[in-house]
Amino acid sequence: MSEKLIVEKIVKGEFTWRSLPPAAMISVPTSMMYKTGSWRISKPVIDRDKCTKCLLCWVFCPDMSIKRLPDNSVEVDYEYCKGCGICAEECPVKAITIVEE
Amino acid sequence: MSLVKQIRMVALTGNEAIAYAVKQANVDVIAAYPITPQTIIVERLSKYVADGELEAAFIQAESEHSALSICIGAALTGARTFTSTASQGLALMHEVLHIASSMRAPIVMAVANRALNSPLNIHCDHSDIMNARDTGWIHLFANNVQQAYDLTLIAFRLSEDLDVLLPTSINLDGFILTHSVEPVEVLPDEDVRNFLGENRYPYEIDFNKPLAYGVMALPDTYMEFRKQLYEVLKSAPRIYDEIAEEYAKISGRRYGKLLPYFTEDAEVIVIALGSSVETLKYVAKRLRREGLKAGVLGITMYRPFPEEELVEILSKAKVVVVMDRAYSYGGVGGPLYTDVLSTLYKNDLKITIADFIYGLGGRDFKISDAEEIFKKAFRALEKGSFDQDIYWWGVKE
Repeated sequence: MSEKLIVEKIVKGEFTWRSLPPAAMISVPTSMMYKTGSWRISKPVIDRDKCTKCLLCWVFCPDMSIKRLPDNSVEVDYEYCKGCGICAEECPVKAITIVEE
Repeated sequence: MSLVKQIRMVALTGNEAIAYAVKQANVDVIAAYPITPQTIIVERLSKYVADGELEAAFIQAESEHSALSICIGAALTGARTFTSTASQGLALMHEVLHIASSMRAPIVMAVANRALNSPLNIHCDHSDIMNARDTGWIHLFANNVQQAYDLTLIAFRLSEDLDVLLPTSINLDGFILTHSVEPVEVLPDEDVRNFLGENRYPYEIDFNKPLAYGVMALPDTYMEFRKQLYEVLKSAPRIYDEIAEEYAKISGRRYGKLLPYFTEDAEVIVIALGSSVETLKYVAKRLRREGLKAGVLGITMYRPFPEEELVEILSKAKVVVVMDRAYSYGGVGGPLYTDVLSTLYKNDLKITIADFIYGLGGRDFKISDAEEIFKKAFRALEKGSFDQDIYWWGVKE
């Protein structure tokens, strides 16, 4: 069974201790299964006019929830963003504000 | 041409014997932090590395917690990995012990068993390893220096077996074995090489084939990963038997999970871990000459606990004495006692039994102590019971 298939089965709850890889050593990003966006109580909002495309928010985001677009502009992936606020803290031009959900 | 294989005997302390075995195992990484009474193990290894006799990375960490963490990282690259500690050092490693076993890192660690503080004491007892008993490691105990050497080699083979992939501890009594010189029969380097083979760790860190290690598992999967650990520990004894048998063929020395001595027809069996087994055997042999049916049961593999074999041996006994060189404070007895007790209960064996807490903090266990304990056991055989269930042997009342 391919590991991709294993992940699909994990998502569906179709697994046993035997079918899981030993010690959870796995080559596919199972963390995609966990949509941590629901943990959020406040969210980052990006002001595109102020953004200088420095990508510091993309570097600092601990959850890979800042999406880098081809022109180096950025978007927030709200499915996974936990609203920690690190991006707003690091933004040198105050282009990111944290607003209550 | 002589058909008799040349035997090489050398005089070594327990620590030197382990260091020599580790050198012969040709380890790749040694990470450790010095602590009495194991210091000489890593001291010798650092010398082997410095003198060019062993090609390995020798890393002195800033603590035992770091030392074992380094070992995990090294083991996951496929390196043959060794560390060594005792007492407070093992206690400081504690959280990493769990991580090493559940990440299935095949590490071999020598533990020079020593008491825990406080009061400060550097001498032998088993409190340190009993604290680490439930961490998912395989725990082996040596009764003498020869066994310390042999079990170290067996441990590498066992830990690295593809159906095991677990860390193993080799326990040897602090000072009593670590610092005593005994004649040791060592194997030729080539035999060790052939016996151990290459480390074929299958999940090695490889940037071209990335894997996630030590991930988070939420309530939906966590329990399945713990069941894996439970199952692999259940199958480890069978694999140990195969490896020990192979070792017996090349060395002439056979190590069962249990080492029974005159237990066949014994009415009284004394069970112990570590060097005291030798003292008890010496006394049992003398008692046999007097016509008393005395037996001794040494435990080589303490975890996974050899339940089946224990039942087989104890089922014929009338009185059992358990020697505990540690105590489970606030519990129902010493750790070995509670293991034996629950094994007997599970198997419907009602045998007169008592726990003897002895030798804490290095208090000597003498021939006269073993004689006295056997005497008490034979009195219990006559009376049908001991006068108490837990004895603090030799404590000044």
